[in-house]
Amino acid sequence: MPFIPHTEADVAAMLASIGVAGIDDLFDEIPAELIRPGLSGLPAGLPEMAVTRLARSRAAQDGFYLGFLGAGAYEHHVPAAVWQIVTRGEFYSAYTPYQAEASQGTLQLLYEYQTMMCRLTGMDVSNASLYDGASALAEAVLMAVRANKAGARRVLMPATVHPRYRAVVEATVRHQGIELVTVPRGVDGRVDPAALDDLAAAPAAPAAALVVPQPNFLGRLEAVDALTDWAHGHGMLAIAVVNPLALALLKQPGEWGADGKGADICVGDGQPLGVPLSSGGPYFGFMTARQALVRQMPGRIVGRTVDADGKPGFALTLQAREQHIRRSKATSNICTNQGLLVTAATIHMALLGPDGLRGVALAAHANTRALLDRLCAIPGVERVFPGPFFHEAVIRVNAPVADVLRALRAQGILGGYPLGHDDPELADCILVCATETKTDDDLTQYAQQLERILSRRRDAPPCAYKS
Amino acid sequence: MMLIFEHAQPGRRAQAQAPAAAPAVDDIPVEFLRASAPALPEVSELDVVRHYTGLSQKNFSIDTQFYPLGSCTMKYNPRACNTLAMQAQFLERHPLADAETGQGFLACLHELQEMLREVTGMAAVSLAPMAGAHGEFAGVAMIRAYHDARGDHARREIIVPDAAHGTNPATATMCGYTVREIPTDRQGNVDLEALRAAVGPHTAGLMLTNPSTLGVFEKTIVDIQKIVHQAGGLTYYDGANLNAILGRVRPGDMGFDVIHMNLHKTFSTPHGGGGPGAGPVGVSARLRPFLPIPLVLEERGFYRWAEEADCPDSIGRMSAFGGNMGVLLRAWVYARMLGAEGMPRVAEFATLNANYLAAELRKAGFELAYPERRASHEFIVTLKRLKDETGVSAMDFAKRLLDYGVHAPTTYFPLLVPECLLIEPTETESRQTLDAFVAAMVKVRDEARIDPDRVKSAPHTLPARRLDDVRAARELDLAWTPPA
Repeated sequence: MPFIPHTEADVAAMLASIGVAGIDDLFDEIPAELIRPGLSGLPAGLPEMAVTRLARSRAAQDGFYLGFLGAGAYEHHVPAAVWQIVTRGEFYSAYTPYQAEASQGTLQLLYEYQTMMCRLTGMDVSNASLYDGASALAEAVLMAVRANKAGARRVLMPATVHPRYRAVVEATVRHQGIELVTVPRGVDGRVDPAALDDLAAAPAAPAAALVVPQPNFLGRLEAVDALTDWAHGHGMLAIAVVNPLALALLKQPGEWGADGKGADICVGDGQPLGVPLSSGGPYFGFMTARQALVRQMPGRIVGRTVDADGKPGFALTLQAREQHIRRSKATSNICTNQGLLVTAATIHMALLGPDGLRGVALAAHANTRALLDRLCAIPGVERVFPGPFFHEAVIRVNAPVADVLRALRAQGILGGYPLGHDDPELADCILVCATETKTDDDLTQYAQQLERILSRRRDAPPCAYKS
Repeated sequence: MMLIFEHAQPGRRAQAQAPAAAPAVDDIPVEFLRASAPALPEVSELDVVRHYTGLSQKNFSIDTQFYPLGSCTMKYNPRACNTLAMQAQFLERHPLADAETGQGFLACLHELQEMLREVTGMAAVSLAPMAGAHGEFAGVAMIRAYHDARGDHARREIIVPDAAHGTNPATATMCGYTVREIPTDRQGNVDLEALRAAVGPHTAGLMLTNPSTLGVFEKTIVDIQKIVHQAGGLTYYDGANLNAILGRVRPGDMGFDVIHMNLHKTFSTPHGGGGPGAGPVGVSARLRPFLPIPLVLEERGFYRWAEEADCPDSIGRMSAFGGNMGVLLRAWVYARMLGAEGMPRVAEFATLNANYLAAELRKAGFELAYPERRASHEFIVTLKRLKDETGVSAMDFAKRLLDYGVHAPTTYFPLLVPECLLIEPTETESRQTLDAFVAAMVKVRDEARIDPDRVKSAPHTLPARRLDDVRAARELDLAWTPPA
């Protein structure tokens, strides 16, 4: 019996102590007609050796690719020490740190995490994690609406925010009567400032916040200072949604705006900080904010305090915001969050330090720049939204994107994200990304294969084309 | 213990962990750049390894201590689940890579989806929600989508028993519903008369945990479901306590419309000091169109994600990339190891352990909250008499148990029972561990009578004494600033 330690003698002694004849008797309060004879639809159990063989064959089936795919999830080197420590049983199999005295390890780590995130984003306070970047943005929108004293229930959402994030926000906030107003994309691939002014001039209800992505979904750097000032000038909060790795290089949201007053809430996905791509998760969402908003924050928060001997120690705090205390009046229903991923990110940030994190960001930027230079030298490839970027950019190819990406995949290359699915105007465009993990040879390989695929297409009639 | 920042020395770094040469940036205007590097700690790799290994040793965990934490199902997390989920091909796979590159991975997820459908008896399952509360949100959002699709907009109320987890009412609020609480009768069952009085054309649905947080099976579960359905509402089964019934009875057979499962409880994925979890949802046929996306589809042996185009009536996306895949893989390994014979044994031995522990504690003189009821996988001890007699509270008692190397049971929940300990031993603990726990309980009770201050001031042997929560909330210190 997997993971059940009972011997026959144990079972007999235990049943005798309870005073029943058999285990079935313990289910005598369940209506008999509900009891099932068995689970015929399930496969038979497997010993560890057999399930290992099965799981290895499944993994081998999937293999490895040379990836230039980003679009919200990024390949980075994760130091070996990170996950060796994370998977220590004392972190891996611990419960949420409600019993503070028995959880000082997790609690101190979370306090260190909160400190690191405040420093990285330039904000005052951090929570201890949300599910992912998209759900963190949804929580930020709810938080901005809660904090709006005039009762505004609209939030301005640029089209340059990740389409999946916009979908998650919509699915999360619509039940509470919150309206998301789309701010269109300008021709330069960024928020269109004229469209913003039109929205402000329109005779509609006031908005509680403007979402400001940096970098945006298309890789472009938004004019974050102007957007933050615009939001504040119109009585709105500015919600930053950022790639945390980019903040080793780019201006921190806490300093945005001409007066450096900064964004009010900052969220994003922590995946680039030590979390493997993992086919989509688990990642973690982070949230930092200005001090004045701390009581509106969702999720767990750790505070430093003292114990009965006056020694420093740590405990969950401001729990009166949370569901287990406040129930239907809580700031969110969130309970279990992404603690183990935050553990990884904390160790990752400590290992890289300020120089290391900046070095990774710089190398990713330089690699993407070099990749763009090589790709755009190929006939039939051009950059679409010129201007400053971090480590992603849009290229246009003069061939059907799906065919090109399929042909690249046949060569073991994931060539990027096809943008047509989310934006018909960009049907011939690919979002490409080269992180610090790519070598010069990798970039060359991508460029050579793309050139070969496009030139073969030019030389052959389309109907004869085979990838 | 010192903070990682206090170990730092200017200029020290973990050399191996970043690209050797950092090129200069001359193509990003200075207005976009940060003026100075973020003040992260400057430490060596050994500093980091020693510091965080040291922190880990200040935790209780399943791997080091017994964790009889009611409603949390702290069972052993098999190591194979971690090893196999962390194979490089799974870890390095990009979430937006084509389905062709992930057939092995998607096959595992599809099997899990189908196995969960079978054990719950529901018509369909979505793996998208990332925790129990996230699954609750999906479930109640589907209930709302169902009523909205029928133009039945008057149904604005969710009924929740007073013994429910706080996530239930908080979820109802997030879905734009108001909450009506109904009482529990003296036997620990939902008060049927109160339920009949509460339902009506305003009822969107009922959220119910079964076995309840009182550790007993709702004997009238089928009647409860019928009362709500006859009033036009839908029924939500909170699967937090699924461990108690796994493989024995199925919420689908009880007539429920939605269930969420906590894979980090019932399917043995780790709690990780507060996540990640996974909270898949199963639904009856009438809610299938509304399931959150993505779902894993199998078409003639090819696996792919079903997204917006396949599921036009879906309540939508719960996350950017589909869910906590690594957690789902761990649950898949666990489910394949247990299989058809192993699953019912989970419920059987979890229930055996709980009833044995309840019987032994009762014999040792402890008072059970529902002595005339059969325990499910958990049960409640009330320390009200001890508190009256000695002044030692359930919290004091729990803290003193920490000194004896046992994680505290859940205290002060459910809110209905005064000075309560909610105790869930799980099926993976041996009789010998349970006996040692009884001995520790007896010892603490004896101490409470002889030397109550010793118990009231516990713990004495842990890395910290009792922490000042009031100060933590009043003098907020949420991020470190170096002393001036």
